[in-house]
Amino acid sequence: MLLASCQEGVLDPQGPVGKAERVILLNATAIMLAVVIPVIVLTLAFAWWFRARNSRARYRPDWEYSGRIEMIIWSIPALIILFLGGIAWTASHDLDPPKPIAASTAPLDIEVISLDWRWLFIYPHEGIASLNRLVVPAGVPIRFRLTSTTVMNSFFVPQLGSQIYTMPNMVTHLNLEADRPGTFEGLSAQFSGDGFSDMRFDLVSTEADAFNDWVSTTKAQGGVLDASTFAELVKAAKADGVRTFAQVSEGLFDSISSGHMAAVPPQRGQ
Amino acid sequence: MLGRLSWAAIPFDVPVVMIAAGSVGFIIFCVLVLVTVKGWWPYVWREWITSVDHKRIGVMYLILALLMLVRGFSDAMLMRSQLALAAGHAQGYLPPEHYDQIFSAHGTIMIFFVAMPFVVGLMNFVLPLQLGVRDVAFPVLNSVSFWLTAAGVLLVNVSLVVGEFARTGWLAYPPLSEVAYSPGVGVDYYLWSLQISGLGTLLSGINLLTTILKLRAPGMGYRQMPIFCWTALASNLLIVASFPILTATFAMLLLDRYCGFHFFTNDLGGNPMMYVNLIWSWGHPEVYILILPAFGVFSEVVATFSGRPLFGRRSMIMATMAICVLSFLVWLHHFFTMGAGADVNAFFGIATMIIAVPTGVKIFNWLFTLYGGRIRFTVPVYWTIGFMVTFVIGGMTGVLMAIPPADFVLHNSLFLIAHFHNVAIGGVVFGVMAGISYWFPKAFGFTLNERLGKAVFWCWFFGFYLAFMPLYVLGLMGATRRMQHYSNLHWQPLMLVALGGALLILLGIALTIVQFAVSIRDRHRNRDVTGDPWNGRTLEWSTPSPPPAWNFSNLPQVDRADAFWAMKQQPRAAQDRNVTRTYEAIPIPRNNPTGFFLAFCAVLLGFSLIWRIWWGAELGLLGAIVVCLIQAWRTDGETEVPADRVAAFERLNGLKERAV
Repeated sequence: MLLASCQEGVLDPQGPVGKAERVILLNATAIMLAVVIPVIVLTLAFAWWFRARNSRARYRPDWEYSGRIEMIIWSIPALIILFLGGIAWTASHDLDPPKPIAASTAPLDIEVISLDWRWLFIYPHEGIASLNRLVVPAGVPIRFRLTSTTVMNSFFVPQLGSQIYTMPNMVTHLNLEADRPGTFEGLSAQFSGDGFSDMRFDLVSTEADAFNDWVSTTKAQGGVLDASTFAELVKAAKADGVRTFAQVSEGLFDSISSGHMAAVPPQRGQ
Repeated sequence: MLGRLSWAAIPFDVPVVMIAAGSVGFIIFCVLVLVTVKGWWPYVWREWITSVDHKRIGVMYLILALLMLVRGFSDAMLMRSQLALAAGHAQGYLPPEHYDQIFSAHGTIMIFFVAMPFVVGLMNFVLPLQLGVRDVAFPVLNSVSFWLTAAGVLLVNVSLVVGEFARTGWLAYPPLSEVAYSPGVGVDYYLWSLQISGLGTLLSGINLLTTILKLRAPGMGYRQMPIFCWTALASNLLIVASFPILTATFAMLLLDRYCGFHFFTNDLGGNPMMYVNLIWSWGHPEVYILILPAFGVFSEVVATFSGRPLFGRRSMIMATMAICVLSFLVWLHHFFTMGAGADVNAFFGIATMIIAVPTGVKIFNWLFTLYGGRIRFTVPVYWTIGFMVTFVIGGMTGVLMAIPPADFVLHNSLFLIAHFHNVAIGGVVFGVMAGISYWFPKAFGFTLNERLGKAVFWCWFFGFYLAFMPLYVLGLMGATRRMQHYSNLHWQPLMLVALGGALLILLGIALTIVQFAVSIRDRHRNRDVTGDPWNGRTLEWSTPSPPPAWNFSNLPQVDRADAFWAMKQQPRAAQDRNVTRTYEAIPIPRNNPTGFFLAFCAVLLGFSLIWRIWWGAELGLLGAIVVCLIQAWRTDGETEVPADRVAAFERLNGLKERAV
């Protein structure tokens, strides 16, 4: 079972962000286990040795202070926290979600909009959009801008690393990268209502050529994402349905994230 | 006439709810019939409902918490069984609109109506006894606090049958909890029941804080105060500082929902993130409100049963107060993933980690109290050692998630759920269970059955590990919280293990009830006639079990910590000489129904507001004002226990003690 857990999820990262985060998880755990395990062992050992019936154990009915021990018991956790605090400080800056990923290739821009209860991905430079399926080229950093139409959600692809909230009238930023082609599950990690459990999508990472093919096929397939189709998507308030759009009206993301297109799906009524 | 209320509000078509409500209703009916037939009403009214005795109120808090534990745990069983079934294409037996209510109710009930009344109840019972005083600072207010909490409990449970509960999660984040997305009465039930019980908690915090600061036995300075009182001091400081934030935040959300304000809405300048900040600036201190008194219980238990003073008392006090202050500086770690930026995240991450230092010191202090002890393995000691072993794991995963980039992959996952149950069960529940078995003989005059107590411990201990270790793993596998179903079939075996753990805990809860029943049956055999069944160290053990209404016939003189232990070390002759044989008349507060009537008005007010029955709300509010005014003009608040009755009590007690 433990083995299985290492073959999926955040312990099986497929990108630089996730990999760095796994290192932090494992290192920090190891550092803390170095104290936690001895504490557990000592607790059991002291409790057993100093049991009332053990006549060999020395009873110290009045011993309540030792400056030397006090010094040590404040120092041990303090030193560990000093060390982990250092890790937290540098890692927070290195892995800050808006921070670009260093790479030789230029990043791909993707705009993410969480709907009730679907994910809409807009490719602003390609002028296309995709619903509930995120296709990205492997080895290329992805620069996400994210917002939400109605309530909060959290955009999360466990195998790629960091999640970030999507919030109405606000834009959050996230940079991720997939190292190799593959299909990775994405989800919302922030409860958003009745359809939340189905608010999942596939992130499909492909070779660069395959990505370009996908872009041109999408363009050929037609479908326009403008204010009115968007309003229909919002209204639908359901979880399923993979769809693509060959055309996206310019500035759609910005008008949504600035609150000019805030919408209340009627299904939320009693 | 009845606002939004109609027959449609009652879910006749949902068998789970109707059966649950029906059986609870039937049990309540049976109890009422029993009390009426046996003619117990005058006793119940006089000794419990209108009692302002801190011991009675403490016990009522604990009974309330135990009952609500059963309710909250039923929700847990529904969730665990749903998730054991709903894998792949299966949808389980609970549709999202029910499942969402269940996890929201589970969290709300477990924090506000189980953990809080457990902790407040223990503090209520123990504090005046440990401080060597006769009651809390404001006895009537104490009764009001309890009954307001009970009013909140009643409203939450009514939501099961009449209407619905919130489907927003236990903290009701907007915009999801705004009218636009939650137009039903669920969020209103949530808000009003917590506003009413929150007021009770705040009043109780003021009361206990005043008690600690202003009422202590002669000679007891802060340095001589028992460690449980110190942790209670920290906890009540936090209550007084943080509960107003909760009340104000909920008030703003209520204004949004009822009056069309825009504090947290998506439009017209509302800011949902502000709510999240505010709710967690209450919410994080709240976890320390719960855990600090539990730390206090462990400190008392470990010292008593090791037969040693607590090691590093000063460190322990410093650590407690450090946690008290630091707990207000860490709230943002609940939402590192909102994109606050590296500096802010790092600041709050490190502030969070710093709390691990005083907490670690506490663990070491307990460890070195065990060292050199002569440890008696009673039930409270089992809970304490179980806590030390379990809590360090929960603390470790907590510090892990305090590293912002680690939190980026663990936030809202089942790993987080495992973490906070690790500290809530391994810390608060274990602490309260230790406290109950430790102080039970003081409250009722007989000890609890040890064998069954140990069985309860093992059920909870292994049940916890079985139920939550799989959740740590599932979280790492990418499973998130609040899922009603999931497609990944790899998760199901672990979900089944977790269900097994929950069943084991269920057995533990059932055995607790058996333990109480058996202990009551055997009460004559397990009588505590000395008042000091554990060879205790603090003042509560110096008075008979159960203590008289006035607690201490003569207020004890204190000149050091572990005052009662010090008294017992004096030679017998000196002890006898110290006993004053003269008694004075003792003023004690009279019974008072204010709290009960206020709670009645509060339920009417809350229920009417939830359903928009405006005349009912006016009536409730008016009633509450009238009850308060009557109380304000009452002049016969106190009565006196005559000196000869005190003397007679002490004589009788001395005889009993000498008989053993």
